[in-house]
Formats: sequence, C-alpha cells, structure tokens
Amino acid sequence: MLGLLWLVPALPLAGFAVLAIGGGRLPRRIVSAVAVGSVGLSTILATLVSVRHFWLAPKGGVYSQTLWQWMRLGDFVPTVTFSLDALSLTMVLVITIVSLLIHIYSTAFMVPEEGYSRFFAYMNLFVGSMLILVLADNLLLLYLGWEGVGLCSYLLIGFWYKDPDNVRAAMKAFWVTRIGDTAFAVGIFLLFTSLGTLQIQPILREVAGYPVGSALCNAAAALLLVGAVAKSAQLPLQTWLPDAMAGPTPVSALIHAATMVTAGVYLIARMHMLFLRAPTVLFIVAIIGAATLLLASCSAIVQNDIKRILAYSTISQIGYMFLALGVGAWAAAIYHFLTHAFFKSALFLGAGIVIKTLGGEHDIFKMGGLYRRLPVTFGAFLLAALTLAAVPPLTLTFNSKDLILNQVWLSERGGDVLWLLGVVGALLTEIYTFRIVFVVFFGPGQGKPGARPSLWMVVPFAVLSLVGGLVGVPELLNLLFGMKGFYLYLQSAMHGPVRDFGFAGGELLFQGIYVAVSVAGIGLTYFLYCHAPERVRSLVSTPAGSILHQLLFAGWGFDRLYRTVIVGPYVRLARLNRGDFVDIFYVAVAQVSRVVSFILSLMVTGNVRWYVAWIVIGAVIVLGLVVIL
Amino acid sequence: MAAIPIEVGLVIAGALFCIGLVGVLVRRNVIFILLSIEIMLNACGLAFVLAGSYWRQPDGQAMYFFILTMAAAEVAVGLSLVLQVYHHFGSLDANMVNRMRG
Repeated sequence: MLGLLWLVPALPLAGFAVLAIGGGRLPRRIVSAVAVGSVGLSTILATLVSVRHFWLAPKGGVYSQTLWQWMRLGDFVPTVTFSLDALSLTMVLVITIVSLLIHIYSTAFMVPEEGYSRFFAYMNLFVGSMLILVLADNLLLLYLGWEGVGLCSYLLIGFWYKDPDNVRAAMKAFWVTRIGDTAFAVGIFLLFTSLGTLQIQPILREVAGYPVGSALCNAAAALLLVGAVAKSAQLPLQTWLPDAMAGPTPVSALIHAATMVTAGVYLIARMHMLFLRAPTVLFIVAIIGAATLLLASCSAIVQNDIKRILAYSTISQIGYMFLALGVGAWAAAIYHFLTHAFFKSALFLGAGIVIKTLGGEHDIFKMGGLYRRLPVTFGAFLLAALTLAAVPPLTLTFNSKDLILNQVWLSERGGDVLWLLGVVGALLTEIYTFRIVFVVFFGPGQGKPGARPSLWMVVPFAVLSLVGGLVGVPELLNLLFGMKGFYLYLQSAMHGPVRDFGFAGGELLFQGIYVAVSVAGIGLTYFLYCHAPERVRSLVSTPAGSILHQLLFAGWGFDRLYRTVIVGPYVRLARLNRGDFVDIFYVAVAQVSRVVSFILSLMVTGNVRWYVAWIVIGAVIVLGLVVIL
Repeated sequence: MAAIPIEVGLVIAGALFCIGLVGVLVRRNVIFILLSIEIMLNACGLAFVLAGSYWRQPDGQAMYFFILTMAAAEVAVGLSLVLQVYHHFGSLDANMVNRMRG
C-alpha cells in the first residue's frame, strides 16, 4: 500500500501532461474528467497511504521510497526519493483534499472562460509540484517543487493575460518571490558545501553536532528564512500577495490561501532542527510573525475588495504560523496550517460564488442582503468565518490559534509581549472577518441580481467549510478526554517540548480569554457595521482617521516604499544605461573605423595618376622611416 | 677609360627616376605614362649596373637583364591595354579611365 506513494504526485503530473499536449483539442467534459479524475485518484491514494501509515507506522515513523537516481556527479548522487512522515502526511492530505474540492468547484467556475484546459493544466501541474515539495526527501527535489509551485502561481495569477494589470501582478509575484528563491538556493549551496549532502535527515543530524548559534547554522537558517518569508508573503516581502488576487478565485483559494503560501511554514518546520541551532534567527521568525499578523490584519480591516480582505487575512494567519514556529511550537504551526487551509479556501470559494452571482462585483459595500438570496452560501460562509474567528460552541475547530497563543505564553522564547500582540491580532481577526459577513450578507447595499450559483460550486464550498469546522474534533477529544489528536500526532514527528500551564484550569482560563476576545470582537463589529455604520464613516472622515485609512488601505505603504527606494532608482539607472556603458568602447571602435574608411575612400578617385602619387608618398614615408630609424 | 665616380652615376640614375616619376604624374596621355615608366625602369637598371661595377659583382648586370625582360613583357601588356582603352573610350586620356572610382 505504501508503495503507491509515488502515484500521489505522479497522477496530477500525468494529468498535466495530457492536458498540456492535447488540451486545446479535447472537449471540456473530458478536460474536466482528466483534471478532476487525476487529482481525485491522487486524493484516494493519499488517503489510503495515510491511513496505512497512520495505523501501522513504519519504523521511525518515516517511510521513504526511492524512485530513481536523478544524476551522478562524483560523490554527489541526488535521488528522486519521497519520504512520508507525520509532517508530510498532514501536508499531503490537506493538499490533495483541498485541491480536489477546488478542482470540482473550478469545473463550474471556469465555464465561461477561454483557456479552460490551460487553466486545468496549470492547476494539475501545481498540485503535482506542491506534492513533490512536501514529499521531497532532499533539498534539491524540494527546490524543484518550490520552483514549480512558483511558476504555476505566476502562470495562474496572469491567467487572464489580456489585461496588463493582471500580467503586472503576476510579474510582481514572480519577482518578489524570486528574491526569496535566490536566498533559498544560496542557503542550499551553503549547506551542501559545508555538510556535503542535500538529504534532509542527514543534514539535520549533522547540524545537531554544531554548537548552538554557530556561524553556519545562523547563516543557513537566515537564508532559508528569507526564502520562506518571500514564499509565505511575510513582512517585508508580503506585497505580492494582495496583488496576486488578480488571478481567478479558485487559484486564490488553492495557491494563495491554502497551499503554496504555507510552503515557507513547511520549510521551517521541516528544517526545525537547523533553526533550533540558530536561536537568533528563530527569534526573528517570531518577530516577523507577530509584526506581520498585526500589520496585515489592520490592512484587512479597511479594504473594500472582498478578495483583498481575504488576502490580507491570509498574510495575517500565516503570521500566526510564523509566530508559532518562532517560539518552537512546530506542531501548533502545522495544526494551524491544517485548519487554515480548510476555512480560508472555503472563504475564498464563498467569495467567488458571491462575486459570480453579482456579476463580477468585488466591492463588499455594493453587495449586501445576500443571506436571503444565497442561504446555503451564507451558512457555509458563516461557518468558515466562525472557524477563522474561533468561537467554540458554534464551530468545533477553534483551538488552532489558541494553541499557538498558549505556546507563545508558555515558551521560554515567547513571552507576554508576543502573546499580547497575538491576542490583539485575534481581536482584529474577528473584526475584519465579521465585517465581511455583516456587510456582505446583512448590509444595506443591493447588488444587481445574477444567475444562481451552480451546485458544482456550492457543494464543494459547503464541504470544505464543514471539513474546516469539524477538523478540530480530534483536538477537542484531546482536550476533553485526553485522546491523541492531530497536535500530539504532529508532535511525534517534530519533537517539541509539551508545555503545560503550571496550575489546574490554566487551559480553560486562557481558552476563556480567547473566547471573550472573539465574542467582544464580533460584538464590536456588529455594533459598528450593523448598528451604527455612521460612526465608522465619521471616524474615517476626521483628518487623522482619513490619513490612517489611506495608510492602511495601501497596506502600510510598502508598495510605495519599494517603488521609490528600489524600483524607481533601478529604472532610472536602467534608463541612464540605455546606451550600455560597456558598449561605448565597441561603438567607438566601429565609429572610428567608419570615419577612417570614409577618409580612405576619398582617395579612391579612379584616377590612376593619383594612385601613383599615393604610392610614391607612401614609399617615401617608409624609406624615410627606415633611414631615420 | 677613366672611372666615373659612383656618386655621379647614382645622381644621374636618381634624376632619371624623378623625371620618369614626374612624367607619370603629370602626363595624361597613356602612351607617355608608359614611356615614363620605361624611363623609371631604366633608371633602376642603371643604378643596378653601377652598384654591380662598384662592388665588382656580376649580380647588378644580371639584375638588369631581368629588368629588361620584365620591361619588355610590361610593354607588351601595357600596349595591348592601351589599344583596348583607345577602342573602348576613344581617347588616350588617363583621366577618362576613372570608372573604378570608389
């Protein structure tokens, strides 16, 4: 059963090959069948393999399967090897299930679009690359997947390539993540030259022999961190993600919410032994996470475009994962990834349905009153929003963020300042989440009526939302009856200290605090957006309020900063160098020879007697030189 | 026979060469240019013979035979070219034959 592991990434890649070669000529029905079928089979296999792996865990909890030798360069013999442990198993399951549901959704969502088969070819390539990324056993293969998902992200953001804005957004995403990719590649080179291997497990074993805070560990961890920060849209490289919403909504749900943007989290969790040897870098991870989650959630509160709100929300939630990684709570980070993948992609799918129903309207203030017209969508969206907001009795998945906050409080790397920032972030999370719910579904705005959403869209959305709401049940059992939940399962792969509050009822006390914060946030939002919307308007219309609104709306002005500090000077420099400094010498050579040729051609008069005269003059000069010298 | 000093001979040869050269440069008639070239060749031959007698070597005289032969061949080719030019352009003016101007 475990031997079928290779088929899990191979099937979507095969689907990609079929669609890429024959896609344009196949009828849409077959394109959908190939795309959904390959991902579906891959999901079934992944589930079977996971169940087998979960119940009959192989020795050491790791199953690895070597397919072939990739290349042979002296001692360096990288293989194509997939390895499955608790961490990659969780990732594989989430990726396949979410991708399957989003693929089904897309078959209805993309119906009116050109390039139907192109879309599914890219999507399948993405799923295959992402699975390679999380299953890779060495850093080279991981990097292959890493670049593959980056490529698909670029292609899918620019899917509607006829609009130059979309192309610009795609290029921005590509370039910004390229900064991180370059740093990541340098980090891989550094590890290889120092340790002589690219296999992840041997690297982690070797690294364990280095002293804490040694130069190699710090440098390698910092370089990998830059890669992770760019991929996961964290401060200061977060600017590409809000613009990446130019792509179709299923793409935003799959790539820019559920899977690819969490690749950075996966990378740090996978290499956590290395990061433990570099406490300074780990502290920076926590700081980046805390800063990102606050800044992004502030920006989310003032956006009007529903997809941009969700994009900032994604940045902010990944900030929580980074915060968890920074305090050494690896399992909490991955557990939050798990729940986030479900509820955030569900929110995106819901947003897609709303946008589609209103004929492409993105502004939440032009929606409104939709709870009557789209009752199922409303229910599922509310469930996903409650899961994001983490309100216990209404959703069963509520403790992923709370686990992170508990760990931040308890860990010796965390502390009360980071915890407080996290709790403030949680309050902001409630506000922006329920701002969407109240404005879109209860608001006064009246969108123009459109077609009813297809069942192919509503059902996967509802399923994702339900799964998101129920995925925390094992954790709940753990809390109530001490059963082994996801969290402890993940901890078996990434040994972190199991920290406990020193007193009875500590868990419940903190849970109470978080619930109070959630309820307060929702109450505040209800008051502001349903009861007294004029207060928001008067707050924004004050001078200070409008400046703050502008600043937050522009995402704290990072785009402007980068434009003036980096892009502007670079463009000016490029313009200055339009003639190419290096070329000046060669252009001069060409010019001089052209002038000389012109002068010489004046001599060629066709007059034989002049020729004789030139010859004589030349002979005299040569003879004179011979005599003088 | 009183020996003529070499300097006098060389001056005469140089003068002959210059006369020939000036003739080539200023004359426009192709026949005269050919004649002037012959004068230059003979100036060279004279210089060779003088040098040969000065060093008491036969090489100078041998060289003159070569020049003589070469001059005969040159005249043969040159005169046939002159005929062709005359047929073609109807004139012997060297300035008319400037079709090869760059």
